[in-house]
Amino acid sequence: MRRIIVALGTTATGLVLLFSWPTSWNRPVAAGGQATALGGAGTSQGTAATGASSNGSGSTAPVTSTVDGAVVQTPYGNVQVRLTVADGSVTAAEAIAYPDRGGTDVQISNYAIPILSQEAVQAQSAKIDMVSGATFTSRGYIQSLQDALDQANL
Amino acid sequence: MTRTAPDRRAWVEQIMGMPISVHVRGAGARDAATARAVESVFADLRAADAMFSTYREDSQIRRLQRGEIALADCSTAVREVWLLCGTALERTDGAFDAWAAVPGSPGTFDPTGLVKTWAVTHAAGHLRALTGLGFALGAGGDILVKTGPDQTPWQIGIEDPRDTSRVLATVPVADGGVATSGVAARGQHILDPRTGEPATEILSATVIGPSLLWADVFATAAVARGASAVDWVQGLHGTSGLLILTDGTVHRWGNAP
Repeated sequence: MRRIIVALGTTATGLVLLFSWPTSWNRPVAAGGQATALGGAGTSQGTAATGASSNGSGSTAPVTSTVDGAVVQTPYGNVQVRLTVADGSVTAAEAIAYPDRGGTDVQISNYAIPILSQEAVQAQSAKIDMVSGATFTSRGYIQSLQDALDQANL
Repeated sequence: MTRTAPDRRAWVEQIMGMPISVHVRGAGARDAATARAVESVFADLRAADAMFSTYREDSQIRRLQRGEIALADCSTAVREVWLLCGTALERTDGAFDAWAAVPGSPGTFDPTGLVKTWAVTHAAGHLRALTGLGFALGAGGDILVKTGPDQTPWQIGIEDPRDTSRVLATVPVADGGVATSGVAARGQHILDPRTGEPATEILSATVIGPSLLWADVFATAAVARGASAVDWVQGLHGTSGLLILTDGTVHRWGNAP
């Protein structure tokens, strides 16, 4: 079970790298990247960079450099990630190439896979805001979990 | 795990025979403008009920079913829903069929399976217009959410169809819809359009995606489709979800856009 959680975490990390995890699909994905804070190191959105580079002017500490990962082919298109390294630590990751299948795709969030309650300890204790189910009628609602959640916030 | 909880408020009304819950989160939770927006949500849903209810003999849908009026005589809303039902039929390869939803009456148009989330999506516009506020709008077990400025996702529990007092799974959703369809307590109310018989192989299907309306259409189609939905959902790009089969199998997925 731990392995599944780790796997999910890894997937999530990958998706963060790919899409900067847009929490709103009205927001352009690349705007979430932090490259703009690096002055000259940033390139315009979606433009492929040309190999490893450093941000040249280099006279002031801390030492910051950017490293471009290899272009990875996925079923959804080519993906390339740029890492920003400051004093040996990765401080930012930005997708500089991502699947280009029209404007809508990059605006769509990825949705988490439901976590089974017995699978993750956190899920048992996680605060639930609302309940999705097929059984909700006015009659069945009384004394339902959703009713309790509503009552707690009325 | 601990964080300062933003101010929060909830409202509930019974409309269309189901509980409609609105939860808002954020600095403006107690503003008069927020309360007005919530009241507009309820008002829109009541209006949609009057137009689409198959339980009201004077609704446009009932009059359309009886042939008293033509589609062209109906409101823009009814015609929009008609068109969406046609698109849903195509996008589900016939598994969601608003013209095969009435037992023993093939060809009768009954958009009930799509009207709820269509109405909720429209009504939620009142809440989207509020700035600085996140909301969760639940309508009979289907939920539309949007985060506020803190971008904390809403934690949605998914009910266990075999024991409805139990939450089978949880899923965090920042912006989008969570829809669950199934046989469950209201009886076997989803028909397999290919046979006209109630679908029985899937107890419950939950779909999470950017659009509540399409999440609901896909969840209903998955139940109608039966066990083959396990393969079919792999083609639903940009969604995740959970299928609970009658034999106890639980299938989960998460598809890239």
